[in-house]
Amino acid sequence: MNGPHDLGGQMGFGPVSPEKGEPYFHAEWEKRALGITLSCGAFGAWTIDESRHARESIPPADYLAASYYEIWIRGVEMLLERHGFATREELLSGHKLRDGAAPKRVLRAEMVPAVLAKGGPCDRPVETAPLFVVGERVKTKNFNPATHTRLPRYARAKQGVVEAVQGSFVFPDDNAHGKGENPQWLYTVVFDGAEVWGEGADPSLTVSIDAWESYLEPL
Amino acid sequence: MHDHDHDEHRHDHDNHYSDMQARVKGLETLLTEKGLIDPAAIDAIVETYEKKVGPRNGARVVAKAWNDPEFEAWLKRDATAAIASLGYIGRQGEHMRAVFNTTDTHNLIVCTLCSCYPWSVLGLPPVWYKAPAYRSRAVIDPRSVLAEFGLVLPEEKKIRVWDSTAELRYLVIPERPEGTAGMNEAALADLVSRDAMIGTAVAGSPEALS
Repeated sequence: MNGPHDLGGQMGFGPVSPEKGEPYFHAEWEKRALGITLSCGAFGAWTIDESRHARESIPPADYLAASYYEIWIRGVEMLLERHGFATREELLSGHKLRDGAAPKRVLRAEMVPAVLAKGGPCDRPVETAPLFVVGERVKTKNFNPATHTRLPRYARAKQGVVEAVQGSFVFPDDNAHGKGENPQWLYTVVFDGAEVWGEGADPSLTVSIDAWESYLEPL
Repeated sequence: MHDHDHDEHRHDHDNHYSDMQARVKGLETLLTEKGLIDPAAIDAIVETYEKKVGPRNGARVVAKAWNDPEFEAWLKRDATAAIASLGYIGRQGEHMRAVFNTTDTHNLIVCTLCSCYPWSVLGLPPVWYKAPAYRSRAVIDPRSVLAEFGLVLPEEKKIRVWDSTAELRYLVIPERPEGTAGMNEAALADLVSRDAMIGTAVAGSPEALS
C-alpha cells in the first residue's frame, strides 16, 4: 500500500537529529511497549508481515506524528482485536471483560532467551530455478497495490542490475494477508541515482533494494 | 479511561506522553488479566536489549574481520554463519550480510519502509534511524545526511545505499584506520562505533582514542 511508512525520497522532515546519549528508551512505557509487542508476536497468531502491514495502516497524519513505539502499540492493538484476543471495549477499559482467542503459546520469562536466540528465519526452499542471474539488467514493476508490499514507491518502474541472488524467502505481499508464505527468489537490485531520482541526482550515488522475483521483469 | 483510537478515530496528541503511559499500562494489565502475557517476560526482553545485546557485538565482528583474513572471507561469503560463530544470533539477525567499505565506496544502511536493523549485532536502533528524516533522505541525499553526522566524504567517493526492504540485515564493515597495525582485536573493536557499522561514520583513529 502507498502508506505513510513508504518514506524514501519524501521531503520536509528536516535534518537528522541524533539525541544526546541516545537512550534506548525515553519512558517506562516504551520498554513495556517493546516487551508487549514481542510477547504478542510470540502467540504465533500473525506474521511479521501482517504486523508491518498493521503499522502501515495507521492513518498518515497519526503515523507521522507518532513515536516509533506508539506506532508499535497501535499496530499490536489492531492485531489483538483482529485475531480475537481482545475486544475494543477491553482495549478501551484496560481490563478483561470476556474470554477471547487462545494463543498457541504464551511467552514466559524462562522462554525469552531461547525465543530471542531463535528469531524467525524467513528463508524457505523453492522448487524453481532463479529467473534472473547476477549482472542481468532488470526493470521493477509499476504497481500500486492497496495491500502490503515491500517494493518502495521510489523503486517502481526503474531499471537496475541484479547484483546478488540472495536465496528464497517468504513473500510478504501474500504472507501479510494470510495467503501463505509462497516463497520466491530474492535479489539485490542496484540502481544508479540518476535512474531513481532523475535530473540533479548525486552522480556518485547508487541505491539497492532487496526485491522478490515477482517485483521484477527482464529487460 | 485512556484515549484509545483505532484507525478511524479521534487523535489527541496533546499530553502525548502521559496518554501513552496510560494506554500501555492498560494494555499490559488487560493482557495479563487474560493470561496472554507474562510481565516477567517483558522484563526479560527489556533486560536483554538494555544490557546484553548491543553494538559491541558488531564491533567485535569488525575487529575480527580486520585481523583475520579467513574470517573476513567467511563474512563476505556467509555473514550469517561467520557472525554466529562469535555467538551473535537471533532475532533481527537471522539473515546477515556484511558490506565492506573500500577506498572507492562508502556504504550506508537504511530501511525506508520501517526500521529493519541488525539487532543481533547492533542492538536496538537509535531513534534517528527509525525517524522520517533519516528514512526519507538517506536514499535521495545521503551526502547531506552524512554531513549532518559530521562525516564529509571526498566528492569522488561513491556512496552505496542499501535499503533493507527484505529480511536481510546489513552490517557495514568500515575501512581499517591507519596506524592500527599490530593492534589486538579488543583494541580495534574500541575504534568501531555503532554509527560506523550503519555507515553514518567511519572507524575512529587510535590517536583520537588516546
